[in-house]
Amino acid sequence: MTDPISPPPKKNPQARTRTPTLPPLTRSRAALGLTAAAAEGRFMLQVCDGCGAVQYPPRDACVQCLSTALTWRDVTPAGRLIATTRVHASPDPYFRERLPWRTGTVQLDAGPSVICHLHGDCESGARVRLINRLDKAGHGVIMALPEEATPNMADDPQLREMTADPKHRRVLITDARAPDAPALAKAMLEAGASTVFLGEAEGWRPWPGREALAAMEGVSILPLDVTDTSSARELAGEIGGKTDILINNARFIRPGGMFDRGDTVFPGREMEVNYLGLLRLAQAFGPAMRGRGADGVNSAAAWVNILSAHALINAPDHATFCASQAAALSLSQALRAELRAGGVKVMNLYVGPTDDDWHQPLPPPKVAPAALARSLVAGLRDGLEEVHCGDVARDIAERWRRDPKVLEREIGQEGLG
Amino acid sequence: MARQPYDGVVLAAPHTEPYQRYSTETAHWWLARALKGTLDAAGLGPREIDGFSVASFTLFPDTPVGLTQHLGLCPRWLDSIPMGGASGVVALRRAARAVQAGDADIVACVAGDTNRIDSFRKLLSSFSRFAMDAAYPYGYGGPNANFALLTDRYMQDYGATRSDFGRIAVAQRDNALRNPHALMKKPLTLEDYLTARPIAEPLALFDCVMPCAGSEALLVMREDEALRRGLPCARLTGSIERHNAFADDPIQLRGGWAMDADELYAMAGCAPGDIDLLQTYDDYPVISMMQFEDLGFCDKGEGPRFARETDLTITGDLPHNTSGGQLSAGQAGAGGGFIGLVEALRQVTGRAGPTQVAGARRALVSGFGMINYDRGLCSGAVILEGAQ
Repeated sequence: MTDPISPPPKKNPQARTRTPTLPPLTRSRAALGLTAAAAEGRFMLQVCDGCGAVQYPPRDACVQCLSTALTWRDVTPAGRLIATTRVHASPDPYFRERLPWRTGTVQLDAGPSVICHLHGDCESGARVRLINRLDKAGHGVIMALPEEATPNMADDPQLREMTADPKHRRVLITDARAPDAPALAKAMLEAGASTVFLGEAEGWRPWPGREALAAMEGVSILPLDVTDTSSARELAGEIGGKTDILINNARFIRPGGMFDRGDTVFPGREMEVNYLGLLRLAQAFGPAMRGRGADGVNSAAAWVNILSAHALINAPDHATFCASQAAALSLSQALRAELRAGGVKVMNLYVGPTDDDWHQPLPPPKVAPAALARSLVAGLRDGLEEVHCGDVARDIAERWRRDPKVLEREIGQEGLG
Repeated sequence: MARQPYDGVVLAAPHTEPYQRYSTETAHWWLARALKGTLDAAGLGPREIDGFSVASFTLFPDTPVGLTQHLGLCPRWLDSIPMGGASGVVALRRAARAVQAGDADIVACVAGDTNRIDSFRKLLSSFSRFAMDAAYPYGYGGPNANFALLTDRYMQDYGATRSDFGRIAVAQRDNALRNPHALMKKPLTLEDYLTARPIAEPLALFDCVMPCAGSEALLVMREDEALRRGLPCARLTGSIERHNAFADDPIQLRGGWAMDADELYAMAGCAPGDIDLLQTYDDYPVISMMQFEDLGFCDKGEGPRFARETDLTITGDLPHNTSGGQLSAGQAGAGGGFIGLVEALRQVTGRAGPTQVAGARRALVSGFGMINYDRGLCSGAVILEGAQ
């Protein structure tokens, strides 16, 4: 039985904020396959193309037949816990601060046995379910969970190190006016977030739905214009030290191809919001979040960018919008590298056309705000870096993985819809 | 093909450089001290050896090649043994064949390491690729947790209790109290062992070796050479070596000895009952217990009963790790692979002083090394007989 975590006490401003330490960062190139799989929450191991052997730890040749053709594949995430220990002493600073730490040996149904992190509810000798998650260093690690869910399971301190669960955390959603804002705020509160801050640009300009949003318990609407550097700085000065999860949902989109307009007004606006907006937020909020990556129950945990699936490949009927999304995607990779020192994750949530005014003429499937919010919460709970929300986003990601050049040609004809 | 015996080859001039918990000196310093010690014991100068075998983890950026220039040696046969706890057995096997074949006349086998503040942690961070990829990220600072897992499994499968392991540790401490150079100088009771603070459950403080600085050395030469120089010496009558044994076992409950022990005794022409003293590799009691089984002193799974029913002290039924072993004398890096070998050489030549086993003639020395990921990969053993 996992003890539920309690809401953290109010922070003592005189106490030193714990400096984030990280678990070991060094990995072989082969082992990064586990990290790549964990970014999407997949339990994958190396499988030999020659003889089908499943192997672990990652190697450069098959341990059965010496073939060097090894592919990371999804493997049945189940096995039996054959040995356990609880470590009370470690020379590693990260683990030393978190002792005791439970690990075990699991014999996988797929073949090899693995040393893995152990959820507190796993019993010796029992069947277990395996997950592959990103640890605070941003590397894939294997953890065993009880086969059946147990009460307060997500509150296990070791599991919580691998996730960015919103429970007891304070969330900033950067654009209160965006069509997905109410669904996101509601989902965060339902997931246990203690406070949801919503950024509002041009507060003098009334908008429908503001009253309902402001009336939600735990919601606080604050001024934030992502196109204004000083606005971002001011808000960061106010709540930067208590922003545990930042969800950047600010987006400017206008349909149209490159030749449809003779100027760069809308494309400039797209870059201002979608790319430079992210940059301003990163510069304003990033350093404080990085410094609070180990700040207790409500440590800074994750930064979420809601990106178009077409950040991966340009849809010419939304040419300049897609370009701004590609710029944001590129910047998000740098942000991920910067925030890693604090153990703070950057999650990109890729969505296809959303069910709102700007995608009104497009045919279904379109992503409903509630579906987007569900994916986002699930991604945080699994501590993911890459989440593809909805059928269109998954389809594009899959085709992009297979052959970006083929996809370019296809999307060049299909467009966004 | 039947293996050739090691006829005409002996070991002589054992030297142990007293261990220190921490040292400001380098591995070079410790290896030089051990080499000087063994040469002095034989009345030789550094230019009189023509074979040199080195085992050390902390020589970086040097290798044994650089060490020849550093120490002014000019060998025609040079060996590097990167096998940790198996280094003594492996170094001896190779040196003996080199001497037997005439590739070298006198080989100095040295092993040791320094231990500076924090050097153990740094050493661990680059120990092996599998450890880097699949052990350290799980909080495995050193092999404590690995041995915790296999101790846990061993207890489940064979019904061993903490007291059974404790008997091994307590007997070794008794032995160590006679060894003036052992780092652990306080008596240890079973009660102390059982109530010690946990390190990695089920292991507690006295299950774990203490890393330290130290070095060990001996010489391998032809028997006529030793006789000519009047050196007490021991013959090598049998040896085995194995790597990555039983790779399909989901967790290590046996070592390579179980594959090769019959060959060891056949080569030496003796049986476990003929062994006067046993030096196992003992970084944790569980691995000594496995060696009792895998080397045929008892059946598999009978290790706990064997530990309960056998007096393992110097004056007991089967004197075991007579200098206190690593558990009580300290683990001097790669020197840990030599501690039992050098002590056994002292024993069978009747020169063990305060730890001497009465009438010791035949010793079995076992090595085990290199926790690459979830298990130790190298195992080996030798049988020595005093040549007097």
